[in-house]
Amino acid sequence: MAYSEKVIDHYQNPKNVGTLDKSSKNVGTGLVGAPECGDVMRLQIEVDDETGMITDAKFKTFGCGSAIASSSLATEWLKGKSIDEALTVDNMDFVEELNLPPVKIHCSVLAEDAIKAAINDYRVKNGKEAIKFEESVVH
Amino acid sequence: MLKLPIYLDNNATTPMDPRVLEAMTPYFLEHFGNAASRNHPFGWEAEEAVDYAREQVAKLIGADPKEIIFTSGATEGDNLAIKGVYEMYASKGNHIITATTEHKAVLDTCKHIEKSGGEVTYLKVKPDGLIDLVELEAAIKPTTILISIMYANNEIGTIQPIKEISTIARKHGVLLFTDATQAVGKIPVNVNKDGIDLMAFSAHKMYGPKGVGALYVRRKNPRVKVTAQMDGGGHERGMRSGTLNVPGIVGFGKACEVAMLDMEEDTKKISKLRDKLETELLKLEEAYVNGSREHRLPHVANISFKHVEGEGLLMGFNKNIALSSGSACTSASLEPSYVLKALGLGDDLAHSSLRFGLGRFTTEEQIDYTIKAISDTVTRLREMSPLWEMYKEGIDLSTIEWAAH
Repeated sequence: MAYSEKVIDHYQNPKNVGTLDKSSKNVGTGLVGAPECGDVMRLQIEVDDETGMITDAKFKTFGCGSAIASSSLATEWLKGKSIDEALTVDNMDFVEELNLPPVKIHCSVLAEDAIKAAINDYRVKNGKEAIKFEESVVH
Repeated sequence: MLKLPIYLDNNATTPMDPRVLEAMTPYFLEHFGNAASRNHPFGWEAEEAVDYAREQVAKLIGADPKEIIFTSGATEGDNLAIKGVYEMYASKGNHIITATTEHKAVLDTCKHIEKSGGEVTYLKVKPDGLIDLVELEAAIKPTTILISIMYANNEIGTIQPIKEISTIARKHGVLLFTDATQAVGKIPVNVNKDGIDLMAFSAHKMYGPKGVGALYVRRKNPRVKVTAQMDGGGHERGMRSGTLNVPGIVGFGKACEVAMLDMEEDTKKISKLRDKLETELLKLEEAYVNGSREHRLPHVANISFKHVEGEGLLMGFNKNIALSSGSACTSASLEPSYVLKALGLGDDLAHSSLRFGLGRFTTEEQIDYTIKAISDTVTRLREMSPLWEMYKEGIDLSTIEWAAH
């Protein structure tokens, strides 16, 4: 299967690989996927309490090139966005930007789930209720 | 100078040996006749060439030339053997024994048999990929007509104890069929010493052309027959109709002759390279060989690199090294290799595997390049793997509640 150039670029030069302090109150961590399914994504965001802006984002991903590219792209998109803006990121945005073929759509769903999980982790840590999302369908 | 890309997927197919192509060429051009044309020199030449190739093929496996049925490949051989025996011996019984790690051409044929009213027992394999002979014998019933166990596995290279299996089959008067696609031409296979009744194999896995193979069908002690699966001109002793692929068959014969000549030296050279590759890659942490290392084809290695996903790993070098992965991501389904799962491997290890198939034309320079490329990529991907980080922190991954999807 041929990968799009953008997937290859993210795979070869992934942006924002790393780890934020998950015990910090400003950090939200989303860990989604399962080793059995062949992909696990961990996405972390650091949020400025006062402005509600995402000041930093890091990822680590176990998975195929498309999963790595989707999470790398997610960190790029999240930085500098507000939490509310981040919530509007949709899995189809990844599919379009990275030209993912149908068999790789689950990678984009995983990336969207990781963003939501990270935001909810941050919310819960800061005494807010977790947002209930509809179950993703493409699994 | 090292020429890229490097081909290390010889279990999928092998490049043709130039000696094989040379033997074939005249049969595309001046000697284009139909081997079944009995009335003119074009037919006679073609028939003579096929007869000669039949001898070359038979010799490699210790058979009589009359016992060789030319086919389009091993998939056809698997189908003809299993369906052909099932139909021919219907009055004797309807039960077939096979194993879960067989090739899809055998497993799907068995599924077809089940749909048409037959009964199939699928033997599990041990963690080293070998079947349990006690279980095999226990599975035999009065209605059992066929045991179908592959000679060597295509994903992990594990060699089954065919001789012991045939002893059990003989004892109970059951026929033994073996898919020997990966073994013939690579290791010594002798249908009489091994006690094989039917055997499928293919030219393109042994430096011959694609689209041609053979089914060995024993003629003596016992005399075995299969019901033809294609109706037509009654070629190949009535068991396989269809105009013979003369150039392909000539190439197949030549490939068998070359295999016989070169096998010992090839094996020595290739297994040394395989062992070097394996030894060096196992120096990486958490790297494991899948399947038996003792009972294994000399050119195959299947290795899992824990906490790195197979397709992601391949992407690091697949422009330059042709390899195959047991990961599901390479296919449309999300299930990883059923062969690796049959060994009892967890999904995570099955998703992390690479299959190396070395060959006659593999060089040490290529192996050195491969060792470096894979080691570098594994290390790089582990740096960005959350599982590796957790493993390094001492977290037991099996205790984590994954958001399964």
